[in-house]
Amino acid sequence: MINQPQPRTSTDDRVIGDVIMQMKDITLRFGGVVAISSISFDIREGEIRAIIGPNGAGKSSMLNVISGFYRPQEGEIWFRGRKRPAMKPYQVARQGIARTFQNIALFEGMSVLDNVMTGRLNHMNPNVFLQAIWKGKAEREEVENRERAERIIDFLEIQHIRKTPVSRLPYGLKKRVELARALVSEPSLLLLDEPMAGMNVEEKEDMSRFILDVNDEFGTTIALIEHDMGVVMDLSDRVVVMDYGKKIGDGIPDEVRSNQDVIDAYLGVSHD
Amino acid sequence: MFYREAGDFKISYVADNQTFPIAFDRYRYYAILVVGFLVLPFWVDDYLVNAILAPFFIYAIAAIGLNILTGYCGQVSLGTGGFMAVGAYSCYKLMTGFPDVSIVLHIILAGGITAVVGTVFGLPSLRIKGFYLAVATLAAQFFLVWLFNRVSWFYNYSASGQINAPERTVFNVPVTGPNVEPWAMYLICLFFAFFSAVIARNLTRGTLGRTWMAIRDMDIAAEIIGVNPLRAKLTAFAISSFFVGISGALFFAVYLGAAEAGDSFGIQKSFIVLFMIIIGGLGSIFGSFAGAALLVVLPVFLKLIGVDLFGWPTDLVAHIQLVIVGLLIILFLVLEPHGLAQLWRIAKEKLRLWPFPH
Repeated sequence: MINQPQPRTSTDDRVIGDVIMQMKDITLRFGGVVAISSISFDIREGEIRAIIGPNGAGKSSMLNVISGFYRPQEGEIWFRGRKRPAMKPYQVARQGIARTFQNIALFEGMSVLDNVMTGRLNHMNPNVFLQAIWKGKAEREEVENRERAERIIDFLEIQHIRKTPVSRLPYGLKKRVELARALVSEPSLLLLDEPMAGMNVEEKEDMSRFILDVNDEFGTTIALIEHDMGVVMDLSDRVVVMDYGKKIGDGIPDEVRSNQDVIDAYLGVSHD
Repeated sequence: MFYREAGDFKISYVADNQTFPIAFDRYRYYAILVVGFLVLPFWVDDYLVNAILAPFFIYAIAAIGLNILTGYCGQVSLGTGGFMAVGAYSCYKLMTGFPDVSIVLHIILAGGITAVVGTVFGLPSLRIKGFYLAVATLAAQFFLVWLFNRVSWFYNYSASGQINAPERTVFNVPVTGPNVEPWAMYLICLFFAFFSAVIARNLTRGTLGRTWMAIRDMDIAAEIIGVNPLRAKLTAFAISSFFVGISGALFFAVYLGAAEAGDSFGIQKSFIVLFMIIIGGLGSIFGSFAGAALLVVLPVFLKLIGVDLFGWPTDLVAHIQLVIVGLLIILFLVLEPHGLAQLWRIAKEKLRLWPFPH
């Protein structure tokens, strides 16, 4: 059977573990433009780590570096104590890193259930011939993974739409389906790219609750990018602040909030 | 009223995953199978099989193949005719090279050979998409036909450049060659069409199908989830070509009896199969059958109406047919891109409530 993190019983025993991912001096250039310049930070197991910064600070580029879309020119990525070689995005996914997108990237032609089931791909090992006759391992695997998928569907409260084509869903639900698709792969690191972009207050509250629950019940490590400062400060354990591709702050929310550089970056500073 | 889901509770995921979850649908499907396999063979005549049923089944297999590639995996292909030729010629070489082996095995092997060829021609899909891929597969079409016309080894150095299917039997009943009974031709085509449909359905509803659809809908997101795009596209090309190859082998060995690459498997074949899946419905096995049925029956129907009833000249009717097909394609692309299959789906949704829609 597949190893599933057991839900924890109490909310108080959240353990922040060792460093699971470490970025060392990452530099990413597009031609002459330096998107990220020599940034280092780490993500600890079980924490919610936020990356914030004004527009164009390089937050999304950072996430794309982690998930293998961009290959940084300099720097090293260490994952689970090992230096990660250059990888294709699907290989990164197989290491247990899942993500959602700023602009929803669901499979519009498929139902919610199929979308979520696609997230189980890394746990399935299809055999073409058994699939063709739909017997034995193929059928068993389908049912086992369906059970996992249904557990996440229950968890995120999208049971009522499981057979609905994704293209018919409203924005807020799509975001939730995308979270389900990422979550169902039982990632050891979950990357959320602006999970609350474009949502109203209620939807934001729902989403915050789900993020906390995910972290709490499954112990999933989460790294997220978000613009809403209130949300970030409430949710996250530690915050990295970026501006113009540089790291200008790193620490617990209270530290970051009182950091002069961060205040300058967000509120602007007079140049006289 | 007819499509009652109420009271039809599914208590296991196996039951929920089945192809026909609604009981009425399931019984109708069984009924069609019984009629198709047990009743029709005793009833069909030469005209019905040669004009409608055999080409319907054969085109349906080709349409299933192309639908896997284009409808499910989103890779446009104009090489269907060429891949059918691969199926036909490899079936011919196998039939003449190993006369003692069963023709059924030959046809399946011909599908396998086509799968390998299709995979090779699918390699460009890793770099190019959409329109450009269509042009690349068009090159496959022309190259393959050229190859089969030029290299005489493929047609066993025959003077005419044609390939002729020798007589082969299944259970001592001839299914290829000049002495085929209509019911035997019907049954072997039905047999392959049925199994192709079942296999295609099983593949598309499982992991493999989801992988293909993920690539079709959003390849970047698919890759981030862990889909290896190379594998997904190449398996789609391989399995699609497998069915197209089987269809080509049947078309040559069972239906035509004699074939020549340019005439029988030209670019028109690629287009007609593409039209079938556009009209029938992209991404639907049922749509493959519906599209094939429409495009096979339409000329026959028009001939009955135009030539036999009104006495119009044959060439006029042929032109009318082209106009109608063209019109249908435009209409479907504009009004219902998911084709007949979607219309059928909508009709079913309406029928569930009929006659009390509120």
